[in-house]
Amino acid sequence: MLKRRFSSLLSILFILLFSISASAQTSAGDSTNYMTYGIVAIAALLFLAVITFVSDNLLMIQAKRMGVDEDGSNYSIFPKGKDNTEGDFVEDAVTHKDGEMHNLKQGFDIPLQGVAENVIANDIQVNTFAVQPTNFKGISPIPKVVVAVGDEVKAGDHLFFDKKNPDVKYVAPVSGEIIAINRGAKRAITEVVILADKEQSFRSFDVPNYETCSRKELVDFLLDSGAWVHFTQRPFGVTPATTDVPENIFISTFDTAPLAPDLDFIIDGNGEAFQRGLDVLTKLTTGHVHLGMDGRTGPKNPYVSPVYKEAKNVRKHWFNGLHPIGNVGVQIHHVDPIAPSSKVWTLSVQDVLTIGDLFLIGQYNAKRTIALTGAELGKPRYVETYIGAKIEDLLKGQIEGENTRIIAGDVLSGRTKTMDGYLNFNDDQITVMAEGNEVAFLGWLNPFKGKPSVSKTYPSGLFGDMKYRADTNTNGEHRAFVVTGQYEKVLPMDIMPQALMKSILVQDFEKMEGLGIHELLEEDIAICEFVCTSKQPLQKILRQGLDFVQDQG
Amino acid sequence: MALIDFFKKIEPDKKKSPFLHTVYDGFFTIFYTPDEVTADGGVHMRDAMDLKRLMIHVVLALQLAYIFGTINIGHQHFAALGLYPGFLEGLHLKLAYGLIKILPIFIVSNIVGLAIEFWYAAKKGHAIEEGYLVTGALIPLIVPPDIPLWILVMSIFFAVVIGKEAFGGTGMNILNIALLSRVFIFFAYPTTISGDEVWVSGLTAAEAGATPVYNWWHTGFFNTIFGWFNTDAFEPARMVVDGYTGATPLSLAYKGGWEAVTEVYTTQQMWWGGIPGSIGETCKPFIIAGALMLVAMGIGSWRIMLSMLVGAAVTAMAMNAWGASPFMEVPWYYQFYMGSFFFAMAFMATDPVTATSTTTGKLWYGFFIGMVGMIIRVMNPAYPEGWMLAILFMNVFAPLIDHYVLQGNMNRRMARAEKKAALVVATDATEEAVQELNH
Repeated sequence: MLKRRFSSLLSILFILLFSISASAQTSAGDSTNYMTYGIVAIAALLFLAVITFVSDNLLMIQAKRMGVDEDGSNYSIFPKGKDNTEGDFVEDAVTHKDGEMHNLKQGFDIPLQGVAENVIANDIQVNTFAVQPTNFKGISPIPKVVVAVGDEVKAGDHLFFDKKNPDVKYVAPVSGEIIAINRGAKRAITEVVILADKEQSFRSFDVPNYETCSRKELVDFLLDSGAWVHFTQRPFGVTPATTDVPENIFISTFDTAPLAPDLDFIIDGNGEAFQRGLDVLTKLTTGHVHLGMDGRTGPKNPYVSPVYKEAKNVRKHWFNGLHPIGNVGVQIHHVDPIAPSSKVWTLSVQDVLTIGDLFLIGQYNAKRTIALTGAELGKPRYVETYIGAKIEDLLKGQIEGENTRIIAGDVLSGRTKTMDGYLNFNDDQITVMAEGNEVAFLGWLNPFKGKPSVSKTYPSGLFGDMKYRADTNTNGEHRAFVVTGQYEKVLPMDIMPQALMKSILVQDFEKMEGLGIHELLEEDIAICEFVCTSKQPLQKILRQGLDFVQDQG
Repeated sequence: MALIDFFKKIEPDKKKSPFLHTVYDGFFTIFYTPDEVTADGGVHMRDAMDLKRLMIHVVLALQLAYIFGTINIGHQHFAALGLYPGFLEGLHLKLAYGLIKILPIFIVSNIVGLAIEFWYAAKKGHAIEEGYLVTGALIPLIVPPDIPLWILVMSIFFAVVIGKEAFGGTGMNILNIALLSRVFIFFAYPTTISGDEVWVSGLTAAEAGATPVYNWWHTGFFNTIFGWFNTDAFEPARMVVDGYTGATPLSLAYKGGWEAVTEVYTTQQMWWGGIPGSIGETCKPFIIAGALMLVAMGIGSWRIMLSMLVGAAVTAMAMNAWGASPFMEVPWYYQFYMGSFFFAMAFMATDPVTATSTTTGKLWYGFFIGMVGMIIRVMNPAYPEGWMLAILFMNVFAPLIDHYVLQGNMNRRMARAEKKAALVVATDATEEAVQELNH
């Protein structure tokens, strides 16, 4: 508001100046005196304006100090206009289909080779699965394991729980035999490994009627059945405490990360379970369940599955733009931004299916459709398996390239895995990319590099639809922050990432909070880390900050 | 590959000779992008852009100014002697003369600056940062051609050690390094960088009857070569023509307004840059071409450039309106024909480290540079050009501007959170009311 007042003042001054200077040049020499008066008059006006502004501010400060402004009355000498707290962020929202349309300009889609073809591989059989306590943020390193090696479990049977939160159960994704309980450094439990049965059997539940039962009954059932840990609570990205009630629940129905799985393909034929899951979720929140819908126009993605389009009892929000537009964090920012006191839950489409199945058929169905992606794979495609599948089973004989890196997740925020590792709890994608541990002759000077870049110093940007083979070279060394404004260009949020990062590095709590650290998780800032000219580790810095804020708060 | 084998062979031991290793590493990373790969826990893939590439593109954008500046050193010299009035006449002589002047300045500024940079990098045990690549290319363009080299060495030493390394190296400095070295000369040795005498090089004095100062390179080396081709050569016996003063348009404008300027220089001449001045500042079209290149490649901030232009124009209009001195009455658009406005705008104000870092802040930053610079140029009798001081001045204020922009963002967020909290309280209240009704 102040800004608008100020800018109108400025423009009036500008017009005055222009006219005076124009008349000064056209009229004869004697007019100098008159012009001097004009300038003095403007200076006097400016002086007056400054005095007014300062005294106005002093008045308000005094009002605040005396505590008389708490009832919201206006102690400024200017009348209070309509409060504009939306900010000057570039966004035009128009009514679109059955929800608001958000057109966002900032972002970058990394064009990579190796998109998964829309087929399910039937020659890939995964036998070994693992649940990894380290996947869950905030769990103590040595949870209480209630099974022993050699035990037979059914899908949905309890495996372990955190002694601090004994109600939150972690369950088996498949039925089979416990074949190992692996420990890492300081005897922390890293994996509970299950050899799956050929025929899956499921633990039977006494499913409450979600429409009539109380919220407490519902929560108790979700905790016991292992569905609770599918929720991620923002801020901080933790598993919610049993007493937490979310303001809103957000689900993004499209993924814009590099080579990300096509959620329209995955949801195909699961409409009933999805709708049931949504219905259950509406009972858990005081607000609404929000769906982030793929509103991208043009050749990008014209198809949106009818399952999402026809979903009921939810609020839909359409988004058009570039990555990270599909990230739920960005969507929340534009729908109902997270405040430090907020509690918002998010979950993925496949998590909704698991919850839906629980209420539809009474089974804990941890089925996951995983996208095998990356240019190093012979045939990038999809696999149907369960949570925590063994990497070796998934990728044996699939990798064509040599010297590769396996990533559980996408190239921006996934984690490195070896062949004997397991997919993490939330993964729906594996990317195999080339290790770039080779030197490149005059690499920084080469005009055509064959690598994606947002920088316009590469003419490759002129050639439209070029797709690149991903590799892990850093393309330069780590440097201090030099370039400014580059993060803002790829982050479609009203957040200043560089200032935020600096505030984390100096541990300035108030600034971190003020600049919106609560609205971010690592995946949201990942694209900024990708474009960073100084090769700064932004995701690591952000996690430091989140941990710091969580400790303090 | 042969070169990489050679590099592997000569790699010095890091522990035994850290300085040598740092230097080696600096050169190795110029020839080869290292085989470093991304670590787990961050992105696995990085953009192809790095700081070296960024910096080298700024240097590339400077090249037109370099070529023009080199020839213009010679052009001004011969203009004073009444020779070759066309810019491209006697080009071989002008180029030879220009190279004799600019090469030592370029070599000295880079060797001194990089040596300090290498030494600090070795001492602190980090890789050599690329910041000086640009600084080393900028400094020769903003000094007069006759600058004594020892003064240049002192100024660079001051700027790099006090201005940059003391603050923590590249990315940490508050003041623009190139301008800091210039301002050091400006205050410590003012006679070498201000007044009418210094902008045209190689004369015993800037007045009629003075003779050129030539050394072995002119009369021995180049005259011998020119002799082989039987072309014109340097003539030590020439004298400066009558009526020559060597004054720059700005000092003329200060004394007698726009009429005084146009008596000596045409607007064409000023726009295309065949006028005395710092080496790289005079040719406006080439500098604008460099600026456009920076903007097109997303390296220079168009916001700073544009708002600086607006700021200067507005202030010049105000001066026109006031009209208290002949300089103030110079039509505002002609202000851009004189002095180094465009060079400062394209290459100095846009330095990302010392400018404001927020998008909105950049607009204010540029505007105030334009305003302050024009005020210094027109109103201050001691400094007939204002951009150097204006930019350094606003460098100091950049963090303050950023602070207010960040505070604005924080206030918006706070207001949003408070609104939300109020809403929650309100709904709680209604719920309580409903429950009371039910009972």
